[in-house]
Order: sequence, then structure tokens, then C-alpha cells
Amino acid sequence: MKHLLSTADLSRAEAVRILDVAEEMAEVNTREVRKLPALRGKTVVNLFFEDSTRTRISFEAAAKRLSADVINFAAKGSSVSKGESLKDTVQTLGAMGIDGIVMRHPASGAPRVLAEADWIDVPVVNAGDGTHEHPTQALLDAFTMRRRIHGTDSRGRALDGVRVAIVGDVLHSRVARSNAWLLRTLGAEVTFAAPPTLLPAVDRPFGAAVHHDLDAALGEDPDVVMLLRIQQERMNDAFFPNPREYTRHFGLTAARAAALSARTLIMHPGPMNRGLEIAGVAADDPRSTVVEQVANGVSVRMAVLYLALTGEHEPKEPVA
Amino acid sequence: MTAHLIRGAQLIDGSRADIRLEGRRITAVGSGLDTVGATVVDADGLLALPGLVDLHTHLREPGSEESETVLTGSRAAAAGGFTAVNAMANSSPVADTAGVVEQVQALGDDAGYVTVRPIGAVSQGLQGTHLSEIGAMATSRARVRVFSDDGSCVSDPLLMRRALEYVKGFGGVLAQHAQEPRLTIGAQMNEGRLSSELGLAGWPAVAEEAIIARDVLLADHVGARLHVCHVSTAGSVEVIRWAKSRGIDVTAEVTPHHLILTEDLIAGIDGAPGYDARYKVNPPLRSREDVDALRGALADGTIDIVATDHAPHTAEAKCCEWPAAANGMVGLESALSVVHAAVVEDGRLDWADVARVLSEAPARIGQVEGHGQRIAEGAPAELTLYDPAAVREFSVDDLHGQSQNSPYLGMRLPGRVVATFHHGYPTLLDGVLVDAETVAAAAAATPSARSTKAASA
Repeated sequence: MKHLLSTADLSRAEAVRILDVAEEMAEVNTREVRKLPALRGKTVVNLFFEDSTRTRISFEAAAKRLSADVINFAAKGSSVSKGESLKDTVQTLGAMGIDGIVMRHPASGAPRVLAEADWIDVPVVNAGDGTHEHPTQALLDAFTMRRRIHGTDSRGRALDGVRVAIVGDVLHSRVARSNAWLLRTLGAEVTFAAPPTLLPAVDRPFGAAVHHDLDAALGEDPDVVMLLRIQQERMNDAFFPNPREYTRHFGLTAARAAALSARTLIMHPGPMNRGLEIAGVAADDPRSTVVEQVANGVSVRMAVLYLALTGEHEPKEPVA
Repeated sequence: MTAHLIRGAQLIDGSRADIRLEGRRITAVGSGLDTVGATVVDADGLLALPGLVDLHTHLREPGSEESETVLTGSRAAAAGGFTAVNAMANSSPVADTAGVVEQVQALGDDAGYVTVRPIGAVSQGLQGTHLSEIGAMATSRARVRVFSDDGSCVSDPLLMRRALEYVKGFGGVLAQHAQEPRLTIGAQMNEGRLSSELGLAGWPAVAEEAIIARDVLLADHVGARLHVCHVSTAGSVEVIRWAKSRGIDVTAEVTPHHLILTEDLIAGIDGAPGYDARYKVNPPLRSREDVDALRGALADGTIDIVATDHAPHTAEAKCCEWPAAANGMVGLESALSVVHAAVVEDGRLDWADVARVLSEAPARIGQVEGHGQRIAEGAPAELTLYDPAAVREFSVDDLHGQSQNSPYLGMRLPGRVVATFHHGYPTLLDGVLVDAETVAAAAAATPSARSTKAASA
């Protein structure tokens, strides 16, 4: 794996391989000394053109546990806010000698432009680009599902037949896109539940079935319910009348959570709007994986950085 | 005054003839013409077309001379076989006063490669709120006849109605950039499956079609003439077809790129880079179905003309992440080859049709005097010689303006423009631009357009 730009680029074998390496990393994270020498002497830049403290510190922790040196570059207050181009920023970093870039950018496709341009030749890991993708989030979500479903017998396994309902702002969500593609590659079935205003205006977006009625979607007894965060700006832009109506129709309320089966996982990529898309009691329920997802995020990002920066390649195999 | 004898050119009716140019006129068309006192240009195997006329060019001067100037854009035009261009009003300052349009026209006259006809803004500063000084521009030395806020849509229906009515009083035409602004906030590419997958905000076809539908009804209501810029969707074709069937006075243009390129290029097919901003243009590249509908509409006359929407941008404006990149492509140098590839090779258009859609009709719509006439004795000496048998890989060497944001670099395209004659003198010979000093001197030695018009009026 040279870059990680999109989950749509991953074969089933590559995706399972990342999850298996993440299992090794998770094991490291339970030791007394949570550190591997794998990336000693390498420098990773967290190049964040958009604020995201959670994702940035998760990548930072992952890189440090692999013994890499980490430079955090936040666009705010830097030359970027004075109009410097992406090309100049990256060439400046390249001149300092770096081994990998973790990039968060508000423009969809920016990590791919960086990876495919001749500005710098280092691995690029997409840490979220606009309304396009957030591949490590999808990988940590898949990792979390696999661990909950297959337990200690997870290695080498995919998510065949697992039924996942993703609820909320699919239209603007990079988490929804990355999850839809990765979960399908891993054999899961994805259903979106959202009002039509928050879905792309196409049939079967990203290959997923669609419900405009959350209760109908939950009535199909999914194995996983994943809530997407409602961004503040959507509330003021006529995608739905008001937060109260959104919660009534598309929130995982306490009543809806109570009606879910005992095995159904409740997931959220965070940060949560408690009381809006997810009720507090649902977030804190034993079926909720919200805290585990954060922990698993470090393991998955360790796996991705390790595979990208050590240049370990897995042959692509045809999708079964 | 040098005469030119073009020997053995193929005319659009398929016949072969010599063409003698003297002064600003074609003085003879026939076989075995006398070469005495004339420079002979061998046109064996070359097609003679009336000089091409572009109704939609961005020359960027004044204001963005780092992207293009009137001179460099004129050279790009001559290299593409054009003898006249209409310069869009979205310069800085905006062409919304007599002073700016007269300046642009004067720069074009001085450069001498093509006739430059300024287009006037519809609204002050392209702001869409107050009418610009339409009358002052129409009666200025530039005699503006086409008015457009291109780049922005005249979206206010009341201002659009008033503009259609007011322009009518000066015998002009309003050229609308049809884009409902509220439906295209932040829009990056055609709205559809691909935009949702790439995570780019969609530019829905309905945002174009709704404005065209409204405008043809307004034009009908007030009895005015409407021209629709860069039609890009199958639905727009249906609306215009309906309007024409009702007798509404509407004309429409399509760009070369909307006749050949599709949105799939943005995804980076076959290992090409993704999110390549060379493909970012407004209106955006659409689907294969839209391309097919536009080709059919050009063939059946629903769409009247091809116009380039030549839109130069610096490398910095394109070499960046997609949403930060500027909209637009250069197109003057490639237009004829792209039309050849898109609609001539498949037999939808013959060369007479090409002369119609790239010269005669745009000259008529834009009231570009002295252009767009069939090659015949007494016609203006505006013509281009084209080698339809050539095939070339389009490269930066084919670009002659200031900017290189062409989507065709590396593409194999048919045909090659070999020579262009404007006002009877060559601006391009053997595929090479005549140098700027020679062309400017030839222009200065030629009776001006204004005095000729005064004489013929």
C-alpha cells in the first residue's frame, strides 16, 4: 500500500490485511510499554487544513507508538492562511525531509491531488477530505464490528452477511461513503436511513439500499446501527425543518434503542450530538461501541501508517 | 497592397477553385486564376472555410493580463482559424461602460489578428441589480450589439425582462449564462452519481434548464431576442426545441468541450489523475447522454452555433485542489479540430454545416459585420485553410495564447489549421503565426472597419 486515499481502492484481501495488522497493533496497545520501533527515524507530518482535534491526536498517538517523529502542521495561523498554495506548502515540507503525510483537507480529492502530483513523493494517508472520504474511520468501524462479532477469532475474517444501517446526513458524510464502500468490499450489506434531502439524488447511492423511514430500517433488525453526526450548518440550511423534528424521525431515541435487539451494535464516529442524533442512554448502552471505536482508531491508524511507510505490499486479489 | 492567390482549395460545396484576395475583398473565385502581382498560396488538399467567428471568448484584458491579453488571445484565435471574436464583459473593470468597450475594441484593432467585438455587460459590475450603460455602449465607437453578464446569470426575473426589452431598443441581443444561482451554491461538477461519489457539490441540470425555460417565456412575452450561452444538457435542448417550435426568437450555442468531453474524466479514468482541474469548467462537463443530445441538436439546428468559451487561466489557478481551482478551458486553437472529431467524423455535420455553425450563424447572431459570408467574389477576405486529412497529438506547441489550460493536451485530434486570412492579409501561414509587428503593420495599412462601414452604409 503506497497511499491510503479511498476505501474504494482497497481489495478485500488488502482490507482484511489492514484489519489483521491492526489486531497486532491492538495487542501492543495492551502491553505495559505501548511502543514499537517500527518507524524509528521516520517523520510523519499531520497536515491538517481543517480543525479536527480527535482525528489529529489519534494519528499522532499512532505514529508515536510506532516510534515515528511527528510534526503537527495546522493550516490556521500558518502561511496557508496567508494564501500559500497546497503545492508550495507541500514542497516546503518535502524540503525538510519527511517520510509520510497524514492529510485532512476541506476540499474533496485534495489528498489524491497531492498523491498524484509530482510535488512530493511520500505516502499520503487521507484523514478526511471534504465530503468525500475518511478511510481510517471506516477501517476502525469495520475493525470494531469484526471484534464485537467474531471476538478473538477475528483474524483473517471479513464481515460477510453483516447488515449495517447508517443513519443521517449521508449526503455530506465522508464517513458514510468510506463505510459504504469498505463494508461492501468486506461482504456486509449497507442500508441508509435518511430524509431525501440528506441523500444523494440517485438510485442506490454508493450501492446501498435506502429507507426514508428509520423505524422501517430498524424493523429489519440490523446487526449494526451507525449514527452520523448532524453538522451545525445543516440545521440552518433547510435540509430539515428543525432539530426536534429530525430527532423525532431520525434520532436513535431511548425508545428506539430499547427496541433494538440485544446483539445490535450502536456506533457513532463522534463527536456526538447527544439528544439530537443519538440519545444519551443509547450512547452509554452496553451495545454502544463509541468508546471502543476511539481506542480501535489508534490501532487501525498504527496499521495504516506501518503498511504505508514501510512499503509493505500485498498482491491484489480478484474480488470473490 | 499585396494580393494573395490561394490555389486549388476545396470549397465547402466540394468543388476546387483558386481564390484571389485583394485589399479586404475576395476579388475572384474560379479555376486557373491569374497569379500576376499576387503571392501564391498552395492550397492543394486544403479546405477553404469562411473565417471562423467566435461569439464567446474571454480575452481577460483589462484586469487579468497574466492569463491573456487582447493580443495573445487574438493570436490564439488566428491560430485556430478565427477571424473575429466577441470578447466577454467579465474583465476588471467590467465592460459596462463605453470607455472599456472602446478600449478593448481599439486593442483588437491595433493587434490586427482578428476583429475583436466587445460584448457589454447587462448589469453594472455583473452584479445583477442595475442595468449597465447599455445605450452608451451601443452608440459608442465600439457599437456593441451583444450584451451578457456571462460568468454570472441574470437571475432576477424582473431585471432580465427589462434587459431583454431595453436591448431590443438598440437592435441588440442578450446572451444569457443560464445558471440559477440558488440551485448551484458551491457547485463543483455535474450533479449525479459521480458527483456524489467524488464528494463534490453538484451542479444540477435543472439549474440551467429552469433559467432557459423562464427566459424563452420572457423573450416571447416582450417580443425580444434571446441567445443562450453554452447549452450543456439534454433537457436544455428540449426546452429550446420547444421554444423554437413556438416561434420564439431564441438562438443557442454549444461549446466544443461539451460536444466531446464527459464528467467521467474528473474521476481519473484509466490511471489518469483524479480531480484534474483542467476539466473544471462552468457549466460543468456532463454525461454521455447530454453529449449525444447536444450533437444531435447541433445537427438538426436546435443549437445554432459552436462558441468556444475560451477561458484562459494561469497555471496557479489550475494546479491546486479541485474546489480551489478556477473554472474554464482555453479553446480557440482546438475548436475546429474538436468539432471535426465530435460531429464531422460521425457524419452529423458536413463542411457546409461547419461553416454555418462556426462562421455564418455566429456572425449573424452577433451582428459581426464583414464576417461570416460564403467564399465568393465580392465577399470579405476573411477565410481559413484547413487540412482535414491531418492527425496530430494536441500539445502545448499548438497553444498560442498566454495560458495552457487545455483539456486536449495529449489527445489525438483530426485536422490542422494551415492558414488564416483576415482583412485580406495572412495572420497564419503554413501553420505558423505571422509575427505581431507584421500583422500590426498590415492592419494599420488596411482601411479601418469604421471607414469601410461608413462607405457601405
